[in-house]
Amino acid sequence: MPKIKPEDLENIRERMSRTMSLRDGAARAKITVHMGTCGIAAGARTIMSTLLALTEEEQAKEIILTALGCAGLCSREPMITVELKGQAPVKYVDLDEEKTKKIFSGHVLSGTVVEEYALAMGSERLG
Amino acid sequence: MEPYRTHVMLCAGTGCVSNGSFRIKETLERELKKHNLQNEVAVVMTGCNGFCAQGPVMVVKPDDIFYQLLTDDDIAHLVEEHFLKGRPVQKLMYTPPAEELPVPKMSDIGFFNKQRLIALRNRGMIDPEQIDEYIARDGYTALAKALNEMTPEQIIEEIKLSGLRGRGGAGFPTGRKWELARAANGETKHIVCNADEGDPGAFMDRSIIESDPHSVLEGMIIGARAIGASYGHVYIRNEYPLARERLIKAIKQAADYGLLGKDIFGTGFDFDVSIHRGAGAFVCGEETSLIASLEGRAPEPRIRPPFPVESGIWDAPTNINNVETWANVPDIINRGAKWFSAIGTETSKGTKVFSVVGKVKNTGLVEVPMGITLREIVYDIGGGIPGDKEFKAVQTGGPSGGCIPQSLLDLPIDYEKLAEVGSIMGSGGLIVMDEDTCMVDVARYFLEFLKDESCGKCTACREGIDVMHGILVRICEGNGKEGDIEMLEELSEAVKDSSLCALGRTAPNPVISTIRYFRDEYEAHINDKSCPAGVCKALITYAIDQEKCKGCRLCAKNCPQEAITGEVKMPHTIEQDKCIKCGVCFDVCKFDAVSVT
Repeated sequence: MPKIKPEDLENIRERMSRTMSLRDGAARAKITVHMGTCGIAAGARTIMSTLLALTEEEQAKEIILTALGCAGLCSREPMITVELKGQAPVKYVDLDEEKTKKIFSGHVLSGTVVEEYALAMGSERLG
Repeated sequence: MEPYRTHVMLCAGTGCVSNGSFRIKETLERELKKHNLQNEVAVVMTGCNGFCAQGPVMVVKPDDIFYQLLTDDDIAHLVEEHFLKGRPVQKLMYTPPAEELPVPKMSDIGFFNKQRLIALRNRGMIDPEQIDEYIARDGYTALAKALNEMTPEQIIEEIKLSGLRGRGGAGFPTGRKWELARAANGETKHIVCNADEGDPGAFMDRSIIESDPHSVLEGMIIGARAIGASYGHVYIRNEYPLARERLIKAIKQAADYGLLGKDIFGTGFDFDVSIHRGAGAFVCGEETSLIASLEGRAPEPRIRPPFPVESGIWDAPTNINNVETWANVPDIINRGAKWFSAIGTETSKGTKVFSVVGKVKNTGLVEVPMGITLREIVYDIGGGIPGDKEFKAVQTGGPSGGCIPQSLLDLPIDYEKLAEVGSIMGSGGLIVMDEDTCMVDVARYFLEFLKDESCGKCTACREGIDVMHGILVRICEGNGKEGDIEMLEELSEAVKDSSLCALGRTAPNPVISTIRYFRDEYEAHINDKSCPAGVCKALITYAIDQEKCKGCRLCAKNCPQEAITGEVKMPHTIEQDKCIKCGVCFDVCKFDAVSVT
């Protein structure tokens, strides 16, 4: 390993920041994939893999991707919940790979709720 | 760039490792692979989390779910439920003693959220064997600042203003010590990290080195710059192999990055650190004995002045600080003296790491701001006394400290307050005692330890402690006599006055403080030949209550001396001349029929 200079400390911090922010729990956006048995049966694993690939591609540091159990609305699985900092969580239903990608670029990256796939925002019904 | 979505922080401090955390790691990796999750879920081995009584411990990030008391058999279920299906496993979570439901999140658990982490800022959050993770959490930025933006005098001034005092026990103002070392005459100067940690029950320094070795190294490099030293030494006790291993790795990684060695950060500053192993002597925690041992001589203290800052290792100016003191330095440089001095009390700034052990529910390592009361530590963080027994005393400062009774539970902890009540802060050991602890026995125990560890140079310490120990043994055996307490007090004065080092000077503390607050127990032992706590074997009698005994013979079957006789279903009796007071009958009796008086 080459000797580092003070500026290199910043580079290392940048490189490691995704790892660290995941541990700190500090994030701009949190995406939860619902992976109860119903979710997995409906194809939530594909949704998860898609999101993993997307977050990796974006080198996105302030995005946390996590899994939770069944949300209760089994007939509309696969579902994800997107929560941006300071905003109410949005539940998206009846998803597939395509829709997930649109939600990722539309809501997670650009901040606009993709209403056509959304079910509810907070406790308010949408779409 | 790893696509991990979850980091499983598995504790690999010595406590959890000895409870099988490395085995759990293997099982975890196997199970993750089985479910094809190995690229989504990362397993990170961290240093000690502090909640050692509940080990092995695991924290799942980013959910912040805290799992404890894990066994190998729990892992398959855990992986399937939590990592695959996203359902955290309740039965592996921590339930606080007073409550019924488990608390899933680490930040909601009282043991953790009442602490304030400075020296332990990275605990459980990084893999101590990866320097990049330390850097990711602002590691070595203090060093960059100190080398590039501050002069050595400014560094010293910052440490002085912060009010940091030595965390090894004596509490000498660190900035002042550095100032003296800098001003001392000599071309070659040395820095030492005292990692001998000899107090029984203390493991703060071990934990810091195992969890975050770089914090100590960074502190040392900054200190060396401030003082003008080019050689650093870590004197680590031989009984800490895991800590030493982590330190060796950390030194190597730091050296590879050019943070140790020649021309650090290109500033022309050179500094190297070497590791020295102790060989099992408590006295080596004392600085002049440590220097002797490091030089290859027998560890014996010498007279001071001259202090090590003027003449230490090979007669060169040497600055010795404790592990915890060094670990505080980077944060002080980064965040400023003002920030640090805003925490704590008037005379004792910052935080202190305590090892809370003994008769308390949540045993482990805690870092709290100075000024917190003993009551908060024992009850709010420690969870209170197990079995709902009565609190009796807290012993602080190890063998050099004293016992603090219940009447003083609201004492705010700081260097001066503890000294006022006859104890010392020491390195941070905090032993909680309940109604079943005999205070005379406690004094005897500490003197036995000190008797073994005295180096023997000073007559008063060598002979005095031995005689005091002899008197206490006699008292515990029921042969105490009138005048014993006075003799102990007189000997205490002599040992205190005529010892060269703190081992001897503070050896009488456990005796003096127990006499001060628990004189009645001494008098009971001497005059009534009884031990109120029911501990001293020679003074207690085990007997079976003839009314309560059902004749189930459980005690008789378990008695190692076959000292219990009686017919089945008839009350039994203990033959006193065979009884060795082991207490097994008391423990196994389901009818509460065995009494201890």
